[in-house]
Amino acid sequence: MTPPTTPVAGTTQPPATDEKPASRTPGSGDSWTRWVRTRIVNTVPEGEALPDRQPVYVSSWVYIFGVLTLAALAVVVVTGCVLAIGGTTWWHVASLGHFVNSLHLWSVELFFAFMVIHLWGQFWMAAWRGNRTLTWMTGVVAFLGSIGTAFTGYLSQSNFDSQWISTQAKDGLNSVGIGAFFNVLDPGQMLLWHVILLPIVLGVIVVLHVVLVRRHGVVPPLDLVDRVPDDLARSEGR
Amino acid sequence: MGMTATLSRTTSHGGASHGSAQTPDSHDFPTRPYDLVKEFVIALVVVALLTIGLAAAFSSPDEKAVTMTTWAAAAPSDVIATAAGELAGTTTSAGYGPPYNSAADGQKLGPFSLQKWAGVRIPVDSANDLVLAPLRMVPGDSGLTATLATWDAAPADTQTAWATAYVTALAAAPDGDPTKVAKGTYGPVPQIASRFLSLAQSGGLEGALTQSGTFYGSDATRSLLLLADGAFLEDQARARSLGGDQWGMMNETGNYPGQPWMWLYTFWYQVPPFATSDNADAQVWGLMMLLTLALLLAPFIPGVRSLPRLIPIHRLVWRDYYRDHPRQ
Ligand code: HEM
Repeated sequence: MTPPTTPVAGTTQPPATDEKPASRTPGSGDSWTRWVRTRIVNTVPEGEALPDRQPVYVSSWVYIFGVLTLAALAVVVVTGCVLAIGGTTWWHVASLGHFVNSLHLWSVELFFAFMVIHLWGQFWMAAWRGNRTLTWMTGVVAFLGSIGTAFTGYLSQSNFDSQWISTQAKDGLNSVGIGAFFNVLDPGQMLLWHVILLPIVLGVIVVLHVVLVRRHGVVPPLDLVDRVPDDLARSEGR
Repeated sequence: MGMTATLSRTTSHGGASHGSAQTPDSHDFPTRPYDLVKEFVIALVVVALLTIGLAAAFSSPDEKAVTMTTWAAAAPSDVIATAAGELAGTTTSAGYGPPYNSAADGQKLGPFSLQKWAGVRIPVDSANDLVLAPLRMVPGDSGLTATLATWDAAPADTQTAWATAYVTALAAAPDGDPTKVAKGTYGPVPQIASRFLSLAQSGGLEGALTQSGTFYGSDATRSLLLLADGAFLEDQARARSLGGDQWGMMNETGNYPGQPWMWLYTFWYQVPPFATSDNADAQVWGLMMLLTLALLLAPFIPGVRSLPRLIPIHRLVWRDYYRDHPRQ
């Protein structure tokens, strides 16, 4: 498709009077702005951010789990925001609050179920092939970040579960020195990690992950005999 | 030719992690129309409906937090024993070490004393902070004031001797019942413990511990440490199958899924050598960090990165494509 060096709007205009054409080359770097713009534009090949076609080998249910994970994350975030509107006692005292709490819990359970299936799907497809290592790694970090976020969520409930889980978990965290800075017995600190810090980190990681997926396209099947010849590709109508 | 193909396949295998040369560019393949946005919107609607269905059908657990009042009402002897233990320095928190105090060095991960190196950053003096300070706040009780004065006037050795003797006597008494304790030299400890129980019964203890002199109390470190020093909290948890050796960390009250994604972490605590080790927490954490690193670096680890090729689940995933495009 489009080579990554495709000129973009703005760079194709005639050069200003005293400028050498060479400085128009993306990445030639006498303008920080131009460098950033080139990076942004070239990160995902043109048309590939939201393509309306997909490679013919994409034909399996396993591909749906990444999108399902993303959709579940959206539901988790929305229900979490509704809980935040009501405040930290709402879900103990009001039946609507308790229902929203249930929505939040079950969307998290779905989120993890989808994510774990997605993780193993990508593993068995060796989906890190072809420069996709970073996609895999951001996925693993998203998994870790999600575990931390869910964990601080359990500590923020302010009920029996929080009391028990925090007093149990403190020993593990203290044993490796983390507990000195990340105090699971302080629900104020845990709530802030749960509703601000970890969601921001997770959000950034997920955006990176999805951008990387679109940058490289869906990973081709393992062990193909031939590369796809261009004429074949054309004859099959892409 | 066959030999060459096999050979080159082996090479490509070795470089599979970063060798884009061997994995064709996905943009070189023929395509068919697909509606990504429609897929996402449908996924969102399906997940939202599933969530609503599950929430309506199964609700969610929200068992009330244990209060000092419930504790005092349900297990008064446990409150007495815990208070005496804090004064004697025999409770978990009193002998914990960092980050709460220097009573111990804490756990080690091989040669690394990470717990000690992190330092005492959340100082808690169990006898003073968890028992005596709340009692000192009680106004207009001259008997209590005199009892505390007796305690304060005694040398540290004597204090510890009194409290230790009382802890031992309580443990020996039938059901740990303070009224059935044998006579002994306990100093003011029995009075302190019993006054502590009545403070807990009155409902005043949480405030005294959590707010510890501030108006907004959002840090429950002290009250949770005290609660965890007693036996009541754990008894409640065990009754709900939440003990540490019952996979407790990943479960929650009621028949709810809890945090099943923690299964591997929780698993190690159930088996030797961790199940019996004094450094179990540090060791399990170390092991999990190592395994996590392995997952992160799976594309680079020989053997691990070859598993998808050796166990050919991918044939199922791409069976339509392989039908017309033979595998190597
Ligand atoms: C917050 C969690 C996650 C979200 C929202 C997410 C989302 C997605 C989406 C939408 C795709 C593209 C479509 C698909 O193949 O399903 C994808 C691809 C991918 N994901 Fe994830 N993912 C998450 C976690 C993970 C985890 C835990 C891993 C593995 C450790 C992972 C590894 C991958 C890989 C390697 C690809 C590239 C597949 C390819 O190129 O064909 N992701 N992810």
